[in-house]
Amino acid sequence: MRGWFLPMAVALGFIFLYAPIVSLVVFSFNESRLVTVWGGFSTRWYGELLRDRQILGSAWVSLQVAFWSANLAVIVGTLGAFVLTRFNRFTGRLLLTGMITAPLVMPEVITGLSLLLLFVSMELTLGWPAGRGLTTIVIAHTTFCAAFVAVIAQSRLRQMDESLEEAARDLGAGPVRVFFDITLPVITPALVAGWLLAFTLSLDDLVIASFVSGPGASTLPMVIFSKVRLGVSPDVNALATIIIGFVLIAVLIAGWLMRRALRRGFQ
Amino acid sequence: MSAGNALTRSVPWRGTAWAMGKLGLSGRTLVIAIPMLWLLVFFLAPFFVLGRISLAEAIIARPPFTPLFDRAPDGSLEIIASLENFRFLIEDALYRNAYLSSIRIALVATIFALLIGYPIAYYIARAPEPRRTILLLMVILPFWTSFLLRVYAWMGFLRSNGVINNTLISLGIIDAPLRMLQTDFAVYIGIVYTYLPFMILPLYANLTKLDGALLEASSDLGASPMVTFFTITLPLSLPGIVAGSMLVFIPAIGEYVIPALLGGPDTLMIGRVLWDEFFSSRDWPVASAVAIVMLFLVVAPIMWLQSIQNRRGMD
Repeated sequence: MRGWFLPMAVALGFIFLYAPIVSLVVFSFNESRLVTVWGGFSTRWYGELLRDRQILGSAWVSLQVAFWSANLAVIVGTLGAFVLTRFNRFTGRLLLTGMITAPLVMPEVITGLSLLLLFVSMELTLGWPAGRGLTTIVIAHTTFCAAFVAVIAQSRLRQMDESLEEAARDLGAGPVRVFFDITLPVITPALVAGWLLAFTLSLDDLVIASFVSGPGASTLPMVIFSKVRLGVSPDVNALATIIIGFVLIAVLIAGWLMRRALRRGFQ
Repeated sequence: MSAGNALTRSVPWRGTAWAMGKLGLSGRTLVIAIPMLWLLVFFLAPFFVLGRISLAEAIIARPPFTPLFDRAPDGSLEIIASLENFRFLIEDALYRNAYLSSIRIALVATIFALLIGYPIAYYIARAPEPRRTILLLMVILPFWTSFLLRVYAWMGFLRSNGVINNTLISLGIIDAPLRMLQTDFAVYIGIVYTYLPFMILPLYANLTKLDGALLEASSDLGASPMVTFFTITLPLSLPGIVAGSMLVFIPAIGEYVIPALLGGPDTLMIGRVLWDEFFSSRDWPVASAVAIVMLFLVVAPIMWLQSIQNRRGMD
């Protein structure tokens, strides 16, 4: 694998990865309604996007869902990971191990359908949740995002030097103090990463949200999907460009913070 | 004062601890109970509901299925359950074909992802340090943008008046636009594109661990780069190949969005069949039966494989 073949294959691979995204951005500034025929530079689709109440409303719903799902997923996922790495023996350990990783491989259509049926049955027998909407989407997203948080938290908890916790215990700290003063600060970077991943996954999900949402609560992916299904539309390109811009800025900031942290570490 | 200290001294904390002590509950039980209960109710219980509704019949009502228990005319409780839906799935060729073609499409896409991902992973693993991190970041970056919008980008690319056709026509390579959108080919592209990072990352992790001395020894003994690759690098990277392929194959089988947006009306995939059964036909019991069969055909083997791997990892 030397000579021209490898660099060429890699270059083609990266073109494959980035060409569609670049074209998405370029055509968002297109004057023409035909997404793929260049009709001159214009920002009219951005203006149209900002006047689209349906898209703005659903974006707000998505952000709320993602925020609460990420918070809850970090709590459930971290506790699950903590229990599995620190408590060696308890009833249902095997069950918990299976339940916390299974959502990772579960097809979204199955998760979505089964949760919807649960919510419907619970409403019939318990009267809660009354109808479907924000709450049911948050519960569904929390469940599958917690699996991702648990994986990240578990690997950090395993790597962590347990003698720190032991030392704190020997010095007389109770289990709660050990957790909040020693364990939590050490695993915080992993939890921040887990929170961000959960937030992104929730923001991105179409299938599960479509099953468990009600008529009142449409998330951004649901609105985009119903628009895109009818064909390409330039305001979706504008929306995509805005999202890509946000991601780029976030990655640049994260990269800058990491470099600063590294440099401090060396000094 | 530390956060933990402040918390354990606060009044609500002490009150809760006292109440739990009275109830005979330890803090340990509570810590186990929170994730356990959440997952029992919102992950495990739904499958029992799914199984129960797959045995019901569709009716026009709210909810659109028959109850499991009913009062018989004499007042006794009757259980109404039938395997009718499952018989329907076996007898109707549509479902069988959908299961088989999902597996075929996911398999072909996985092979393409491997062929495209391997050179990239190999190149990144061999690259010197500043370039390596940048390339790795470039592989992950698209993953952070919306999945739906990345699939949408390909719609604009593959359409008959899309970017690819327009370019080929203006270059004079073809006269009439090629039909690419709404074909199985477009579905392969969509799957490969979406899941390529999942293929590259495990391969990369595996290939960076490769001992360079082995490659040197091989070339010192006169093996050509080609022979070295096929006799040393490739066999040693097999665990990475298996991990990456699983990460592409598993989610691809149940995929709904990619066949719905890029595939044609004849692109059969089981996730799409389930979706249509639920949202278009509004037949909840049949949709549940499709999900149950999918669970056994697709998820059960994966979980079995994973449990074997876990057991091996523990030994």
